[in-house]
Amino acid sequence: MSQNIHQPPKSSAKEPSGLRAGLVRITALLERPAWRITFTIIGITFLAVVPLLNLQSYYMGVLCRILMYTILAGSLNVINGYSGQFNIGHAGFYAIGAYASALLSLKLGVSFWLALPLAGLLAMLVGLVVALPTLRLRGIYLAIVTLGASEIIRLIILNWMSLTGGPNGLRGIPAPVLFGIKFSRSQQYYYIFLVLSLIFFFISKRVINSRIGRAWISIREDETAARSLGVEAMRYKALNFMYGAFWAGIAGGAFSPYFKFISSDMFTLDEGFNILSMVIIGGQGTLAGPIVGAIIVNFLTEFLRPISQYRMVVYALLIIAMMWLRPQGLVGASRSVLAERNIGLRRRRKPTAPAATAVKGDS
Amino acid sequence: MAYILEAKGICKYFGGLKAVEKVDMRIEEGHIFGIIGPNGAGKTTFFNICAGVYRPTAGRILFQEKDITGLPPEAIARLGIARTFQNIQLFRYMTVLENIKIGFHIRTRSGFISAIFHDRRYRDEEAFIDAEAARVLEKVGLAAFRDTLASNLPYGLQRKVEIARALALKPKLLLLDEPVAGMNPLETRELSDFILRLNREGYTIVVIEHDMKFVMSTCDHILVLNFGQKICEGDPATVRRDHAVNEAYFGKGLVMGGLS
Repeated sequence: MSQNIHQPPKSSAKEPSGLRAGLVRITALLERPAWRITFTIIGITFLAVVPLLNLQSYYMGVLCRILMYTILAGSLNVINGYSGQFNIGHAGFYAIGAYASALLSLKLGVSFWLALPLAGLLAMLVGLVVALPTLRLRGIYLAIVTLGASEIIRLIILNWMSLTGGPNGLRGIPAPVLFGIKFSRSQQYYYIFLVLSLIFFFISKRVINSRIGRAWISIREDETAARSLGVEAMRYKALNFMYGAFWAGIAGGAFSPYFKFISSDMFTLDEGFNILSMVIIGGQGTLAGPIVGAIIVNFLTEFLRPISQYRMVVYALLIIAMMWLRPQGLVGASRSVLAERNIGLRRRRKPTAPAATAVKGDS
Repeated sequence: MAYILEAKGICKYFGGLKAVEKVDMRIEEGHIFGIIGPNGAGKTTFFNICAGVYRPTAGRILFQEKDITGLPPEAIARLGIARTFQNIQLFRYMTVLENIKIGFHIRTRSGFISAIFHDRRYRDEEAFIDAEAARVLEKVGLAAFRDTLASNLPYGLQRKVEIARALALKPKLLLLDEPVAGMNPLETRELSDFILRLNREGYTIVVIEHDMKFVMSTCDHILVLNFGQKICEGDPATVRRDHAVNEAYFGKGLVMGGLS
């Protein structure tokens, strides 16, 4: 009707230059199906042959941790980045998963391959229990509840001596066995983490690009509008929380037989913040963000080992710098309310099309 | 005559403020129903009660003879009432197409399993959404802006995206909260024509509006609120002649050649 008044903006309004141009070209290339499949195959093959390089077990250990944290950060990102809920107690669900799989195999002799999904399901149930009373809470209030829940879980684990061994933790968690192969060293365990991580990202990508993912994103962008369109916000927020908790449980369930020893001080709030920092640094609301974040934070942890506790200061500075300079994270979902959510240091909003100036005055 | 939406004795108090006081309303199927009144008359509050955002202090809302009082907005949307907002509430960082796709939420059903395995239902539903979204875009004349970010559109077009998104629900009743606010006369005319066309296609429409010319030329039936109370109801001609309405809009005194 009014095309005569308003022309659609041209997509190639501004030619980017330099590094940005390169990145744009590469992403454009990656968007072509043929290239995407090729790159995925090359990438997976590369990841699959890494353990054959006979790296020192220290390096394999770092790689295993990175892979595990991609699941943890990725699942937290599904909550914080895609539905806009704010969970900072992800370590709680991680702990539930770790203890569930450890206890199942130690006390009941359940095979790892059965204990792992059970660990995920238990974490998911706990996620539901945490989510139900908090569905009406937003932002900082929800954050406080998740923080509390995470501490409660840790304290229960610490004090339930007869079940969890209290401060002594659980030791001697048996390594998983598949077709006679025992996954006891990090060279072998690497494959468990790799496969789980691939499954996680495959499933999450599909869920996020489906009706469910669209509902989550609509809640993040504008909950009132989403509800007016028939999106059952409470239900989808709870589902979202359960989905994130499930995968944190899976990561935990895979972690305990890998490390063979777990204790409650591995699942403190610091751990929750650690996972959160990966999501924030990498970029909320993008699939690749948590991967980048997990790699950067884990390498930093290794580089900063000499200064031990003081590395937390470096993380804090890094997060402040990120919030200031690039609130949407390195990979960056700049096309979202997430990009606006900086801590009030600076409002950056670039007009992306001439028409944008006309809209400024209202809303 | 079948009434599609009925309000019976609706009251809404915010503390001591009587935002809406004993308002009755009956909307006939196929009508364009206008709700007008000065600023602060309680129009939007009343509207939000119909859409489930607020629960009324007293009174009942019936939709197709079914009591929907106190149902949450998402349940009301599912029954077939779609709405737009006074301050445009688009998903600003999504493209126009993505905005409209959310509107198909209640018309599709696929869950986790379908999404993960891309089974037949998922593929059928996504194809259905793509085709229907294209149709809706064509209908409101936004096909050219399919991939534009909603926040980058000019005001008038953003309003249309909101209407398109509501149409995606395939509603039986369309609630429009000040659809022409901030539009120039040309855009207003266009939107008026568009609303009349939707009405001819069978949509029953409720419009809150300030723009008298728009209301008088578009609506079949008008309800006038002032200070939360109904002061007049009837067809445009009746409302135009009504003394209380003129008083509410122009104040007391020697209005219209000493009618008082």
